[in-house]
Amino acid sequence: MPDLLLVSVPLQHVLVLGGILFAIGLFVALSKRNAIGILMGIELMLNAVNVTLLAFSRYVVSPRPLDGQVFAVFVITVAAAEAAVALALAVAVYKHRETVNIDEIDMLRW
Amino acid sequence: MMLSLLTIITGYWFDIRDLSNLSRKIEELIGDAGGPDWLIFVVSGLLGAIGIISFIGGVAVINIWVERRVVGRMQSRLGPNRLGPFGLLQPVADAIKLMQKEVLQPATASGLIFTLAPIMFTVPGIWLTAVLPWGRNMTLASLDSGVLFLLAASSLGALAVFMAGYSSNNKYALFGSMRVIAMLVSYEIPIVMALLGVVLFTGTMDLGGIVLFQEKYRVFMVMLQPLPFFIYFISVSAELNRTPADIAEAESEIVGGYHTEYSGMKFGLFYAAELINAVVVSAIISTLFLGGWWMYKLDELVPGWMIYIGKIYGVYFLFVWTRGTLPRFRIDQLLAFAWKWMTPMAILNLVLVAAEVLIWEESGWSAGLLLPAYIVINNALAVVTIYGFMTLLAPKFQRFPARLRFYPTIDVPSLPAVAAVDAAGGGPRAS
Amino acid sequence: MRPAAGPAHHDGEQSLIDDTGIVVAFYILAATTVVCALMVAFVRELIQAVLFLALTFVGVAGIYIVLSADFVAVVQVLIYAGAVAVLMTFAVMLTPAADRRNSETPFWGPALILSGLVLAVIVFVAYDTTWHLDKGRGAFPATAASLGEAFLKPYVVPFEVASVLLMTAMIGAIVLTKEDEGDADA
Repeated sequence: MPDLLLVSVPLQHVLVLGGILFAIGLFVALSKRNAIGILMGIELMLNAVNVTLLAFSRYVVSPRPLDGQVFAVFVITVAAAEAAVALALAVAVYKHRETVNIDEIDMLRW
Repeated sequence: MMLSLLTIITGYWFDIRDLSNLSRKIEELIGDAGGPDWLIFVVSGLLGAIGIISFIGGVAVINIWVERRVVGRMQSRLGPNRLGPFGLLQPVADAIKLMQKEVLQPATASGLIFTLAPIMFTVPGIWLTAVLPWGRNMTLASLDSGVLFLLAASSLGALAVFMAGYSSNNKYALFGSMRVIAMLVSYEIPIVMALLGVVLFTGTMDLGGIVLFQEKYRVFMVMLQPLPFFIYFISVSAELNRTPADIAEAESEIVGGYHTEYSGMKFGLFYAAELINAVVVSAIISTLFLGGWWMYKLDELVPGWMIYIGKIYGVYFLFVWTRGTLPRFRIDQLLAFAWKWMTPMAILNLVLVAAEVLIWEESGWSAGLLLPAYIVINNALAVVTIYGFMTLLAPKFQRFPARLRFYPTIDVPSLPAVAAVDAAGGGPRAS
Repeated sequence: MRPAAGPAHHDGEQSLIDDTGIVVAFYILAATTVVCALMVAFVRELIQAVLFLALTFVGVAGIYIVLSADFVAVVQVLIYAGAVAVLMTFAVMLTPAADRRNSETPFWGPALILSGLVLAVIVFVAYDTTWHLDKGRGAFPATAASLGEAFLKPYVVPFEVASVLLMTAMIGAIVLTKEDEGDADA
């Protein structure tokens, strides 16, 4: 039986997927009012970057093709560290100002 | 004569010692009938999945009876004995009761998250059964990073607990779920480090590979790594919210914890999920520490998966035993236990295991010389570590101070009204 | 019960991800991930947005598996969906009087235009460049052992720096949220 579904996934489709996730993450990071919402956008952008890195590692000629995966693991590590610190900052600001709305946290001292 | 008979039937489809023969026969039938490659892939996957899920479903039903009956017998009472011989139909009654109950959902609870939480709690547990080695060629999904997959699936449970607690719109449910999440997150670290000790020794994260290591060197990992077994057993009973760590869902503590507002089959799903998770964790312990389907050549006579199920129930009996015997800890005692006891012990063990593996790899000594030495060293150090922690860290047992002896003739001053009545001459103490 | 075959072996001229099941899986996972990411942006409750974010992480992990990065996929589920998502829910829990609606600032229009432009640039670059595709290679064999070697041999310095970074982040987070000794009794 001839295999009618002999399609493949070209590199461009994976890169466009990474681009879409990055654009959505950028929109969320730029337009949300809540500090935690902004952090969600940043995490989406980092995930999109990882997708792109792994796509290149899988498809493109390279002397050490696993470097993309090593880089992706480092990005995940750094993103986790940065999420922890950013959320600690948000909670610390909340303790003083009773809000995490970035429109209201606009003065260094009151 | 029996063994020669068994070697004759090896490889045929009716050799139930290795169920992959059956699946291979079905694949051959489909291939001969002209089916495409992907159909063979899908069918063999489905066969394995159906087999495993039927086992899990049976387990979720049988373990209700096992828990209640065995805990009852340990507490010198009978346990369920009215429904069927020895109460064996009790799970049927429980299931019917839960199914016909009205599923009450508070009007202010967010509908989708409320419904999704029990499902998200159950599904990662069922994922874990796919990576377990049920026999020599009987792993449904032989992942190269199997141990890491175990940790990843357990960490998804925390999210489901939060979803349940938050969407109930109930303060006590929220308290219960926050406690459970704090406990889950704290006990993940000793679990990771205990399993890391096992992975360092065996050199592979593949669960089938770990069983093959134990077969190759004819040793159970529990002999080589007693401290990780101890740490993993206790940490995982805290992760499962079993007594002595069920602070979050015991009725006398916080109403029902994160499943307060769940009734009917949604609660039934939480309950079944806890039992399934307990069995999956017992399976992980038997794979990593007790040899899985291998039992000193017994798996040539008895099917490997039967040995495995026997070991699963043995470890599950240990869990039920601790449940029936130990009292419950407070949440701060549990968190202190995780951070101050389990984590340092796990780190000590990791340093020791790394040194041992280095000596094994770098020097040319054979395993037959080194492994017995390691067994002795590791067991001795486990005993020393546990005893050392107990003497150094445990709070001192407080005796009553000498002044507070309760003598029968102590003179208790009476209340002013009573003293007035006594002075006036009336009252029951009047002579 | 080990399933037979799996991806067929190709050589030379064939494209790189072309086993039918994997191709179908990629498109389904990609669609799910993009839908969940859009829900993160547009749903009205903060908690629902965090849960959709967790689902996005799991979808992205599936895409990693399609791209033959099994170790990175498991690490993604373990760290992102299992820890970062729980961190965010904790942060929402610890800010009870804050605004729980997932609303946008008045500048959402320019933000939309900007992200649209960024997407257009990325799509143009992806389609316009000629990539040096490695046609004969196929999927990676199991990556955990090779990644471990890569971390300890060529990339040992970034590995150690990453552990120092994590320790700094941990200490920083604790210091930021610690109550002052004086306030504890007040």
